[in-house]
Amino acid sequence: MDKIAGQYEVKRAALLPLLRFVQQKHGWITPEIEQNMAEYLEMPLVQVHEVVCFYHLLNQHKKGHCHLSVCQTTACSLRGADEMIQYISDKLKIRPGETTADGRFSLSVVECLGACDQAPVMQCNEEYVGLLDKKKIDKIVDR
Amino acid sequence: MEKIITRHFDLPQSHRLETYLKDGGYEALRRVLTGMTQAQVIEEIKKSNLRGLGGAGFPTGMKWSFIPAQNPKPKYLVVNGDEGEPGTFKDKQILEKDPHAVLEGMIITCYAIGAHKAYVYIRGEYTKSLEILQGALKEAYQAKYLGQGIMGTGFSLDMVIHPGAGAYICGEETALLESLEGKKGFPRLKPPFPAVVGLFGCPTVINNIETMACVAPIISKGAEWYAKLGSEKNGGNRLYSVSGHVEKPGVYELPLGISLREIIYNHAGGILNGRGLKAVIPGGISAPILKAQEIDVKMDFDSLKSAGTMAGSGGIMVMDETTDMVRAAMIAARFFAHESCGQCSPCREGSGWVYRILKRIYEGQGQPRDLKNLPGIVNNIGGNTICAFGDAVTMCVGSYVAKFREEFEAKIRNSIRDDAIRP
Repeated sequence: MDKIAGQYEVKRAALLPLLRFVQQKHGWITPEIEQNMAEYLEMPLVQVHEVVCFYHLLNQHKKGHCHLSVCQTTACSLRGADEMIQYISDKLKIRPGETTADGRFSLSVVECLGACDQAPVMQCNEEYVGLLDKKKIDKIVDR
Repeated sequence: MEKIITRHFDLPQSHRLETYLKDGGYEALRRVLTGMTQAQVIEEIKKSNLRGLGGAGFPTGMKWSFIPAQNPKPKYLVVNGDEGEPGTFKDKQILEKDPHAVLEGMIITCYAIGAHKAYVYIRGEYTKSLEILQGALKEAYQAKYLGQGIMGTGFSLDMVIHPGAGAYICGEETALLESLEGKKGFPRLKPPFPAVVGLFGCPTVINNIETMACVAPIISKGAEWYAKLGSEKNGGNRLYSVSGHVEKPGVYELPLGISLREIIYNHAGGILNGRGLKAVIPGGISAPILKAQEIDVKMDFDSLKSAGTMAGSGGIMVMDETTDMVRAAMIAARFFAHESCGQCSPCREGSGWVYRILKRIYEGQGQPRDLKNLPGIVNNIGGNTICAFGDAVTMCVGSYVAKFREEFEAKIRNSIRDDAIRP
């Protein structure tokens, strides 16, 4: 953490990289993590909290082991994203925003992932899965 | 056609320093550091007519010249790799396939503006791009292209790669600065412009990844060569990201000034499954939509502006004849409603209203007054907000309704008819 923070002239500028670093280890940002971060960066807790609320890649709740984020914006929509979202939803028996009871999968519907040439596209945690079809979904969900 | 930005893309291990050096990599930097003054570098970039390829198309050399030389504060270069404009996926390709081109461009830029610290802000989802750039940065430090006394000269520069965390608005340059400072991404009021009060309150130049990738080739081959490639006042090539209903979606490097028709039919393989074309978004979701008969327009900043739309980020989204334009408008509105940062009321509230109205029209619950109210709401967002996001909502949604009004009217007529026959 000191290594990340040391790169910046102003301490609090390290907030986003540090939150991402911690989330990678822990999976989500707990209230305790926010508190520790505020102390470490010598900034008000409320300002840490508003940053955690603002950025959607920062999880405020525990996510499933495999977090599926399916794009629903223009290019993906034109190439059948809605059908893919419905298929995953039916298969996992959860709605977007929910996690399966066994904690294996979370489903999110997100705006443009910046991979429109691969539409429809989703992320399985950080990994991109492009040219999405039912077969690819089956492979991920059934593995 | 001569490739500039994508010239290394097909080489094996194109992201490695070794590959980059084999093709004359970092020679432009050597030339700058050993034989050019700061003013000469800026003049060369001005002459090349390089325009900012993030979306606004502002002349790059002019932007650099706004940095006040007499200001005693440190100066910064911030490179915007937050690529979030729907329909755009070019910066990711540059970062993954030719990261050293970006780094060399950045080092030259820092020399020109007198900066000794640079930041690259990479979109949070692009973890692979970030890792590759991180690797390139390490190579550049080891080879003494970064750090103290670069290439044995007195010039020193440090560089930090900063990850975003998922917020479209952080692609707006002042929101990006806020985000980089560890805050939520609320755009700042301008003036003061970042060239005077930017990162940490210091003079700052903010450029796009693609713009940076053009700098070294301009220095190597000369401003005249670059200026000649594009159209008048729009130098060089740019990357067009093509997606939607085309046979070959992808990134294409083409000269500014090529027509939209050529890109779609000659490069992207034409419309998917041989269907007819209905509409095209020429520059990312924020750009007003064009009808099929308007695609002979040239794809440079000025021509697209004259055609009532904008070049934006070069993200071309193609819609075939089967596309429901009410649905397409609703999807765009949903995007804006989701991504509005919430700072200015007209945008925060207005984008939500627009989305809910379009959603109800699409779902068959529309009322005739909806089409009357929409322009009023839409037109009261743009021009009344701190940043250009509000203008994008106005221009984008307004263009769907204006150009495909009959589809909206038909949907509403059908809903009223359904209402009448419902028991």
